[in-house]
Amino acid sequence: MPILLFNRTRALVAQIDEFLDTVGQAALLFESGVADYVAGRQEQFDTHYRAIEDAEHGADELRRDIEKQLYRHSLIPEARGDVLGLLETTDDVVNQAKHTLGMFLVERPRLLPGMDEDWRALGATAARTAEAVVLATRAFFRDPYTVNDHLHKVYFYEKEGDRQAMALKRKIFDADTDLALKLHLRQFVLNVDRVSDAAEEVADRLAIYTIKRTV
Amino acid sequence: MLVLFFLSSGLFLGWSLGANDAANVFGTAVGSRMIRFATAALICSVFVVLGSVAGGAGAAGTLGQLGAIDAMGGAFMVAFAAAVTITVMTKLGLPVSTSQAVVGAIIGWNFFSGVLTDTAALSKIVATWIVCPLLAGAFAALFYVLTQRLVRRLRPHLLWDDMATRWALIAVGAFGSYSLGANNIGNVMGVFVPVAPFSGLDLPFGLALSGAQQLFLLGGLAIALGVYTYSRHVMGTVGGNLFKLTPQMALVVVLAQSVVLFLFASQRLEHALLSVGLPALPLVPVSSSQAVIGAVVGLGLLKGGHGIRYRVLVDIAAGWVTTPIIACFLAFVGLFVLQNVFSVQVNRPHAFELSPQVIERVDRLGLPVDGLAELAGGRYTTQLSLNRTLRGGTALDAKQRERVVRAAEVDRYLVDSARVAQDIKPGWFEPEQIAAVSSLAGREYRHGWQLLEELEALTPAWRLLPETPRNRLDNDRRQKQRRLVLVALRSAPVESPVTE
Repeated sequence: MPILLFNRTRALVAQIDEFLDTVGQAALLFESGVADYVAGRQEQFDTHYRAIEDAEHGADELRRDIEKQLYRHSLIPEARGDVLGLLETTDDVVNQAKHTLGMFLVERPRLLPGMDEDWRALGATAARTAEAVVLATRAFFRDPYTVNDHLHKVYFYEKEGDRQAMALKRKIFDADTDLALKLHLRQFVLNVDRVSDAAEEVADRLAIYTIKRTV
Repeated sequence: MLVLFFLSSGLFLGWSLGANDAANVFGTAVGSRMIRFATAALICSVFVVLGSVAGGAGAAGTLGQLGAIDAMGGAFMVAFAAAVTITVMTKLGLPVSTSQAVVGAIIGWNFFSGVLTDTAALSKIVATWIVCPLLAGAFAALFYVLTQRLVRRLRPHLLWDDMATRWALIAVGAFGSYSLGANNIGNVMGVFVPVAPFSGLDLPFGLALSGAQQLFLLGGLAIALGVYTYSRHVMGTVGGNLFKLTPQMALVVVLAQSVVLFLFASQRLEHALLSVGLPALPLVPVSSSQAVIGAVVGLGLLKGGHGIRYRVLVDIAAGWVTTPIIACFLAFVGLFVLQNVFSVQVNRPHAFELSPQVIERVDRLGLPVDGLAELAGGRYTTQLSLNRTLRGGTALDAKQRERVVRAAEVDRYLVDSARVAQDIKPGWFEPEQIAAVSSLAGREYRHGWQLLEELEALTPAWRLLPETPRNRLDNDRRQKQRRLVLVALRSAPVESPVTE
């Protein structure tokens, strides 16, 4: 009986780690995907899109399995609600990343010249925000007293993303082109930045859950 | 059959203890869904029974000293009054302590029977009502700080932490249940120990159950029944009332409570401390409710005291004052009804006389005998009436009067060979002690101390050693042996006293 419980706990810990690995991996795929699109590397973009699709699918499966096990064996009754909420919002980061790359794939926006670096930087900042939130979530499970060390990075990158998005939108609307394209590109700026917003959502929850765990 | 009827009130008391106090051990764990009720109930029942049978003797002895209830009817009413007090107060939603209810009911019996309440035993018990919650609070704060340090050092994953807390709750809950059985069986069955008619029972594999252990087994089973039938409700609600607890805090509370109960129940620990010359805690049945509340408040204070609901705390403290008073009153009224309406014997008739032999004995004890000669010849039916007379006619203080009253008790002790063979057995007594008793076959005594003085003259094995901490264990054992030999050889009820 104790060995069974030991194995079950070890498997579940591994699943949570795998889930967080998947989210971190999705952040990197998103960054590469945006860079590929900006550089016009269509083949690589397609490969990265397929990879992020798999990651999103894998994260969903893992999350559902973890949730099922937490309920079935009534584990961490005090923190279960918090952990489930945390996993779901973390999963939203992957969903948003996949959704944004999907928009690039389907709508193929025509990027304006002279703004490639801005697009790449916006994508990279969104990825950094997601990576920082993955580290914070890992810390929540293993060492809640260090969560805040990671959270301040999430907030920093998210703010940086907002600033970059604002600057890029200004550049787009300052450019000499038709309004339809400007509005189309604005949608993309917002969607890339939404990855950072999704990560911030996770960070906000983490801040509260950490207080609950450490008080 | 009649014995079982009389014991039923003790079993009722055991049931109510199981229903209420098991919740103190596993309530927070079950309430926070860390452990299933079925698991908690099984572990609790098994370990309560084990604790009652294996470790119940220590704390039960102190209640016997407080009031040696000497008739089944009296024991029945004392347990019944305590059980009714607990049930009514629980129904009213007032927190209640089994230990206090039982002590109150015993004092009620003492009043009714005119028996002097042993002030030393009473003050020992009342002192624990203050020390027990304080000690539990201090232990809880200490254990919590240590647990937090350990967690911060080991940094376990949330799930490993969860698993470790579950197993720790089960282990500590088992320990808590054992301690609850060992300590609180004295509350449930302690009053029946002096009057239970059970004799020793030999079991296979060289095991044996003494009469008291058989009583404790019955009591333990009653507690287990209470756990299974009623504690679910209480477990669901306990814990969150006074201060919100996390599973780790719950673990610390149960651990602190169990340690305190164990400290006040473990004869082995007492032996270990005394054998190295350290002072030991008295073995007294303490209240698990008080220990839990002390532990929770200790944690609350450690956290700054903001989350404690002080109003609830005041209600609880009020309950601690009213419980013994209500139980005492109920026992007194119940005994009156039982004796006068149902004609049930609730105490053995006693007689006391201040004969020249008694006065000589008092002199030998080193007590002042001035004024005793003037009172000689008087006969008394209760300890209280003799005590009153001594207070008016002598300059003896309360403790000295208590000793004179005990020396003056008249009884009939017959050293009957058949009873010696049946009750003075090797294992409980040393061979020299048995030989000394056997050599007095056929002799008869009017006072217990006369028999003991003769036994002391025959062999040093019956003598008490000088009172030093190191000798306390041996003296405790000898005191028990001396009480047992008197109980075994007491023959017929004493003749009716003639004057007051």
